[in-house]
Amino acid sequence: MPIERVFQGTIDHLQILDKDGNVDTNLEPKLPNELLDKMYRLMVLGRLWDKKCIALQRTGRMYTYPPLEGQEAVTVGATLALGNEDWFIPSYRESFGYYIRGLPLDIINLGWMGVEEGLKLDKKAKSFPYAIPIGTQHTHATGVAYALKLKGERSAVLVCGGDGSTSEGDFHDALNFAGVFQVPCVFLIVNNQWAISVPRKSQTKSETIAQKALGYGFKAIQVDGNDILAVYNTVKEALENARSGSGPFLIEAVTYRIGAHTTADDPKKYRSEEEVNFWRDRDPIKRLKVYLAKKGVWNEDYEAKVNAEAVKIIDDAVQKAETYKQEPKNMFNFLYAKMTKDLENQMKECFEA
Amino acid sequence: MVEAINNCLKQEMDLDKNIVVLGEDVGVDGGVFRVTEGLYEKFGKQRIIDTPLSESGIIGTAIGMATMGIRPVAEIQFQGFEYNAYHQIVQHAARLRNRTRGQFTVPMIVRLPCSGGIRALEHHGESLESIYLHIPGLKVVYPSCPYDAKGLLAAALKDEDTVLYFEPKRLYRAFREEVPEERYEVEIGKAKILREGTDITLISWGAMTFVSKDAIEEASKQNISVEHIDLRTLAPCDWDTIIKSVNKTGRAIIVHEASKTMGFGAEIATRIMENSFLSLEAPVKRVTGWDIQIPYPKLEDYYFPNKERILKEIIKTVNF
Ligand SMILES: Cc1ncc(C[n+]2csc(CCOP(=O)(O)OP(=O)(O)O)c2C)c(N)n1
Ligand SMILES: [Mg+2]
Repeated sequence: MPIERVFQGTIDHLQILDKDGNVDTNLEPKLPNELLDKMYRLMVLGRLWDKKCIALQRTGRMYTYPPLEGQEAVTVGATLALGNEDWFIPSYRESFGYYIRGLPLDIINLGWMGVEEGLKLDKKAKSFPYAIPIGTQHTHATGVAYALKLKGERSAVLVCGGDGSTSEGDFHDALNFAGVFQVPCVFLIVNNQWAISVPRKSQTKSETIAQKALGYGFKAIQVDGNDILAVYNTVKEALENARSGSGPFLIEAVTYRIGAHTTADDPKKYRSEEEVNFWRDRDPIKRLKVYLAKKGVWNEDYEAKVNAEAVKIIDDAVQKAETYKQEPKNMFNFLYAKMTKDLENQMKECFEA
Repeated sequence: MVEAINNCLKQEMDLDKNIVVLGEDVGVDGGVFRVTEGLYEKFGKQRIIDTPLSESGIIGTAIGMATMGIRPVAEIQFQGFEYNAYHQIVQHAARLRNRTRGQFTVPMIVRLPCSGGIRALEHHGESLESIYLHIPGLKVVYPSCPYDAKGLLAAALKDEDTVLYFEPKRLYRAFREEVPEERYEVEIGKAKILREGTDITLISWGAMTFVSKDAIEEASKQNISVEHIDLRTLAPCDWDTIIKSVNKTGRAIIVHEASKTMGFGAEIATRIMENSFLSLEAPVKRVTGWDIQIPYPKLEDYYFPNKERILKEIIKTVNF
């Protein structure tokens, strides 16, 4: 047999809730209404918080901020699927996920308000500081997962990165190591179609991002990232498999960044309004709303209540963040376990009148 | 400064078909700072290349191109992300000529928007020129005004070695200045005496030149005559101009944005000590960033040398 096929791979795409909120009854997970309600509240909160952040930036009360709009199902679905024992390693665009991990919203605000204490993350939340240098977090995830395995813990890691992050060498290092070491790590690639002005198809010639995992010897799936049922279920199952020792897994969540890349970006330069509208029509919140209405959970009163509750949480968090008193000396205090003599002198010089 | 660089790129690319621009978002978007605005429309996607998101990919590819006679202008979106390609610069760009005893060379430009003070996110305000100055085989230019930005870039595009071209973002739009429309060069390796003086020599580059001017103005009101040298090129450094000036004034102060320890100020102070020891009337002083990571926007201003800190050091040195 001079020629034989030695490798063949396939990637599946999963959607449970379609763009109009119709559910595939064969795939429908039987989630309790309380969880669905929580999903909806968090998505609405995420969206309103995002709008608030943009407004704060516009009025000089916040610095550069990366909008979340359109991607709420990924952030909310994925973080809700995490167990308390698992670790969350986000990119900047999933900072809202910290809230779901139990961190207060005002802390998250602080980070985007240019205050370091915004990343003073309570260890109990088992969440890493978001990485700003693209793709660098993936390798950390492999290491964290290795550590969990070494310690014999029954837990797993969820790491998030954008479509753009898959072009960095670090991403490939992470997948390769994770495959070789068979560590409990789930790579969630948030394919929002753009890396600033570079479209997904110019980022890689691969048909899917998911298939890259096959090259590193483990499995992957593509899910509709605007379908929170698909995101939640897939992440949940992947984490459970990882905890039980089946090694790494990759999930490509197909979604769309409705807003600008950051508040410093002007997307009109590189993409059309039609494209944005195409994706608005696939809004993640809208489709969960339809699903919940059919289940009798959602109605106008409910919507009003959810919104009012969100606005209050957001306003409190902004108020708290804006009245936060930062200690300037902290810029010297945390470089070493114990401040060096030289640094102590520099600190004195810095703050002497 | 953005317009000066943009104007230079257009002009040079018109004259030299081998020049290509590559980097993240440099094409359709025109660069996140608009430095490459209009180039994509004018020169097309073959020469203005939007790359996938990988700094080592950008620099490694540019090295390959350069060895083949193409002249790449690689943009790294922010200097703080160049580290992801540092190995390519150190292991190959800087060494290829020497390793092959001149058979292979890497005449390319790496554009590095650098420096803080624009209230940007973490990693977006770095100024770590020293880590390149420590590497033999690299040239480093660092303009402080639109005129020099255009002239140095034009010269870099004719240079036979790898030139790292630092662009202080704080000066991108800080002030306007008439720049000649026609082509001209500013010689790489030549400092500029911005202001002659007799009491003390102040050496700076990039955004700190801009900040130092205010302090010097203030000092002159107090009858201190400062000679101001803007280095423009850090490697190769114009030691002659520095030494000549310090021999005349007998005092020197170096201002840089990067943190103090192992900043380029340390090298300059040592050279002055080695060459002008007998002319010195006071210790050579440095006003620099602190030995800490550049803080987030809220505390950023504590970090940078400012007019007050510079003036204070000038007065102290003159009255030593
Ligand atoms: C190493 C590195 N290079 C460049 C940048 C500048 N940058 C910030 S975000 C971004 C695009 C990221 O795209 P993607 O990974 O798809 O994530 P998204 O922003 O779409 O969520 C770029 C180029 C950076 N932060 N880090
Ligand atoms: Mg993206």
